[in-house]
Amino acid sequence: MRFRTFAGFVGPSVFLMLLFIAAPLVGVFLGSFQITQPVVEQVEVETCTPGFLTQTCTTELVTRPILDENGNITTTTEWIGLTSYIRVLEPGRAWDAIRDLDYNALMQIDFWAALRFTLMFTLVTLPLVLGFGLAIALAVNNAARSIRGPVIFVSLLPFIITPVIGALSIRWLFIGDGILTSALEMWLDRDLALFAQAWTIELMMLFYRVWHVAPFAFVIFYAGLQTVNQDTLESAIIDGASRWDRLRYVIIPHLMPLIVFVALIHLMDSYRVFEEIVGFSSQAHVISLQWLTYDFLQPDDAGNRAYSRASASAMLTMVGIVILLIPLLRRTWRDHKGAPH
Amino acid sequence: MPDTPRAMRQPVPLRLGSAAFLAFWCLIASFPIFWIAVMSFKAPVDAFAANPLDVILGPATRAAGQGLSILDIAAGLAVLYLTVRFAMRWLPDRVAAWSPGGQVWAGWIIGGLAYGLAFVVVFLGVLPVVLGALNPVLGPLGNPVLGLTTVHYHSVWVENEFYRNFLNSLLVTTGVVTVSLTVGTLAGYGLARSGSNLAFWLLIVALVFRALPHSVLVAGYLPVFINSAEWLRPILGDNAPTLYGQPLAVIAVLVSINQPFTIWMLRSFFQNIPAELDEAARVDGCTHFQAFRWVIMPVMWPGVITTGLFSFLLAYNDFLVTSLLLDATNQTMVPAIAGYFNRETTTTDQVEAVAAAVSITAPLFLLVIIFQRQIVSGLTAGAVKG
Repeated sequence: MRFRTFAGFVGPSVFLMLLFIAAPLVGVFLGSFQITQPVVEQVEVETCTPGFLTQTCTTELVTRPILDENGNITTTTEWIGLTSYIRVLEPGRAWDAIRDLDYNALMQIDFWAALRFTLMFTLVTLPLVLGFGLAIALAVNNAARSIRGPVIFVSLLPFIITPVIGALSIRWLFIGDGILTSALEMWLDRDLALFAQAWTIELMMLFYRVWHVAPFAFVIFYAGLQTVNQDTLESAIIDGASRWDRLRYVIIPHLMPLIVFVALIHLMDSYRVFEEIVGFSSQAHVISLQWLTYDFLQPDDAGNRAYSRASASAMLTMVGIVILLIPLLRRTWRDHKGAPH
Repeated sequence: MPDTPRAMRQPVPLRLGSAAFLAFWCLIASFPIFWIAVMSFKAPVDAFAANPLDVILGPATRAAGQGLSILDIAAGLAVLYLTVRFAMRWLPDRVAAWSPGGQVWAGWIIGGLAYGLAFVVVFLGVLPVVLGALNPVLGPLGNPVLGLTTVHYHSVWVENEFYRNFLNSLLVTTGVVTVSLTVGTLAGYGLARSGSNLAFWLLIVALVFRALPHSVLVAGYLPVFINSAEWLRPILGDNAPTLYGQPLAVIAVLVSINQPFTIWMLRSFFQNIPAELDEAARVDGCTHFQAFRWVIMPVMWPGVITTGLFSFLLAYNDFLVTSLLLDATNQTMVPAIAGYFNRETTTTDQVEAVAAAVSITAPLFLLVIIFQRQIVSGLTAGAVKG
């Protein structure tokens, strides 16, 4: 295919990606070193109220933004170097906390609390999703053919549901004295308030994420199980391999590329954990990196959005993604080198 | 399977354990969704009752005079059963007979819509009237036994004008699916047929883009979109639009965010179409574009439908982008629901939020019923071959 033809085919797609992905990235990178603020002036304002004999007048200094000829607030943009990063990271406080080995003080800083939760969430859900996905795939593969279709249908439901709604549906089972909370209270014979502290919310979030993603792992592993070489399995049996040995030495190695694939996709997606925070309304207790950026972007009470801090936290989030991606890119590069063209 | 070798046959405890695990998984997978669906039909007292039986039977809802009698339930189930049965047996024949040759898909769309409409008319229009007349006559059979009320749906959709959000969602998802498939199909085909290093690097860059958190991108869009009227004025003159709050801008954003995934998926589908097909067309004198139009397009629909489903899901399920880039008047359904559960003033608000959530989930449920096969093939296409 000649270059011109190729460019004709991929042109629109590349254009969109450049305009809406690459350009904003550059913008965010630059924006993280800048701050845009309204230009303010201090003026002396004299206010008078009618009084007996003379008016009562007071003068005070008022800070107000300068308006341009259209009545809009004029703004300036300055380069501020790493100030936004320092505001997000708060290295001084963080360093004090680390030196004093004061874990709670470190968790008072939003960024570090978000980083801790995001990493914990990513690393804890990964083995659970892989394990559950594989277990369901093996169980379905074991089941009679007639029930496989319905089981796949039911399994797809948690995967396909809108993440915010999925998180909400779990939340409504537990909130206040929801039925599962009452059941737990009956069982443990004590009063529970699952939304009052961080760790119970985190448990529910972990449960939600595994519930949501395990079907994805299941479908992929199930497809992989259909292509396991039956001859290899039979020879393993002849060699006296037990059921567990066959799983360990034949099936798992066969599924290994798929396991790596699911693990990578899951790492990327769970690092972006966000909808759980919204669905469980947990911002008072638990936040994630992506939620931190989202929160900076939300207008505050005065209607201002903290773009520079949002850009800085977005860039810091990116660092994690890059670290996650390096092994994947190295592997793809090796495959590309090895592939015959 | 009777011809399984003896060594492959499984001991009874293992089979039981496997079946029990599967049943347990199905229960966990469906329970939260089933439960919010039940809750959405009950009065607030019942919906948040501690006793699960109260939630299902709804005594407070029934006491308020809203309930179903045994007759209602039987008639409703009968209509549902007949609907499904006719959809399986009768509808395919009719569609095949009435639609002109080669346009069966159009026949399916029209037939499906007409069938759905007929069902809604019978189930929600005719049935309640008939049963309303019959129930008082029949005595014990006509007494309500199961509390059930649709008042929350009424207040969500009619009083709170949720249909506006629904229409916005419809606009955004339709736009995203159409544009992203048009652009993505071309790119996917180009990438699948070109073995050049450039194509490889494009795919790698797309992979990196796929991993980006969306909030990073939105942080880049927001200042530009809010100030776009000023920035674009030198180019477009005085009617330069403010992109913030525009559904069209959100469509463009979601299409672009979705492009990396779309081109990877379509590329893997196109790689499964033998290259000999378009080579034969080229030998006969077609250009690449003609080969694509006349040879590839007729055989690419399964892959395109599957990719379209995933584009739909992305646009439909999105919260982050739409909640930050759309204003209140153009809000789609998923961010709009945040308004409900953040109020949390009364339990009625809560149940209305549940009803809104179920309304959002219902189309997805239908989607899985109709397209289960395509969704599974889409999930495995990327993994098994890529």
